[in-house]
Amino acid sequence: MEEINYAELERRFQEKIDKDIKIEPKDWMPDDYRQTLIRQISQHAHSEIVGMLPEGNWITRAPNLRRKAVLLAKVQDEAGHGLYLYSAAETLGADREETIDDLHSGKAKYSSIFNYPTLTWADMGAIGWLVDGAAIMNQVPLCRCSYGPYARAMVRVCKEESFHQRQGFEIMTKLAQGTPEQKAMAQDALNRFWWPSLMMFGPNDAESKHTAQSVKWKIKRHTNDELRQQFVDVTVPQAEMIGLTIPDKDLKFNEATGHYEFGEINWDEFWQVVAGNGPCNKDRIDTRRKAKENGEWVREAASAYAAKQAELKRA
Amino acid sequence: MSTHEWPLWEVFIRSKAGLNHKHVGSLRAADAEMAVENARDVYTRRSEGISIWVVESKDIYASDPTEADALFEPADSKIYRHPTFYDVPDGISHM
Repeated sequence: MEEINYAELERRFQEKIDKDIKIEPKDWMPDDYRQTLIRQISQHAHSEIVGMLPEGNWITRAPNLRRKAVLLAKVQDEAGHGLYLYSAAETLGADREETIDDLHSGKAKYSSIFNYPTLTWADMGAIGWLVDGAAIMNQVPLCRCSYGPYARAMVRVCKEESFHQRQGFEIMTKLAQGTPEQKAMAQDALNRFWWPSLMMFGPNDAESKHTAQSVKWKIKRHTNDELRQQFVDVTVPQAEMIGLTIPDKDLKFNEATGHYEFGEINWDEFWQVVAGNGPCNKDRIDTRRKAKENGEWVREAASAYAAKQAELKRA
Repeated sequence: MSTHEWPLWEVFIRSKAGLNHKHVGSLRAADAEMAVENARDVYTRRSEGISIWVVESKDIYASDPTEADALFEPADSKIYRHPTFYDVPDGISHM
């Protein structure tokens, strides 16, 4: 076979991307493309896994059996989403064990929203409505991502997420229509989760170091600010509909642009939480680490059983 | 021993009777039985399947994408394998 230089391989690769031809695991890809995807997919997987914790906090205290069954199903879905994504990262050559260890050592990041505590039942509503709502906004364009296994995982995730957002909005609606105390609880949850939800889209475009390249590679289809604006535009009317107030005194609808204008995000808080100084960072990682340690004997037993069965089969 | 040694499995699901098994993704499990149980939980939470196959990923031998052109070229040049290659006189039906 003829020798093809790196520049030519890269040119052919970009040509495929431009033609919307998906990249599959064994195809040639630039190392930066591979590393960018490994970082993004594993962060995404970690977010699903750590994302189980704030909600897991309320499973035993759900107000009735219906709500409990729903919350269990939702948390189980998050586990599933994490597993689809870890598998997708493995197709790029990421080692599963190492990927998980990177989360536990603090080397790998996950969505900073999960470092906020869930103080009341209304937080289950706010998370489903706002956090899953923001996640869907991010994930729908990822269904068309240039990397096949990631795109396919996202199709499954998005199909399942839509119930998550609806169940959250249902909780908020019911509380908002309830007693004054219940409505206040819903408003309080909205107050605490609104700004962190806007931060979920990441830094402003001007500050976002990965955006331009990711858009060129069709890993990303929209910028952080575009998605954030879209989220605000669809969510504000939903809050109004159920009689809750968005905690932003600068929020106003601009007739000319057809978009809501909103106040300045506290980026200092965002970077503090990313850096590990959020209210629950340490707790989340400790919980994950303990879960792994406490499950060690189960994994060992399963491995021993598998080895024994394989031996019996050979005999 | 840790999960590190658990092999990777590819999962194939038959969504309903009459359709073929289709690849849906992969997972890690200690043995085939556990792979099927995990596949049930990971890939069929919404009744997506009536049958599951699992195959250890290392047992799959795949064609090389860099040689795809040469591998599939013989089919490209045989347009007479398609019905549209043939002229059918006007007025002929059921063909």
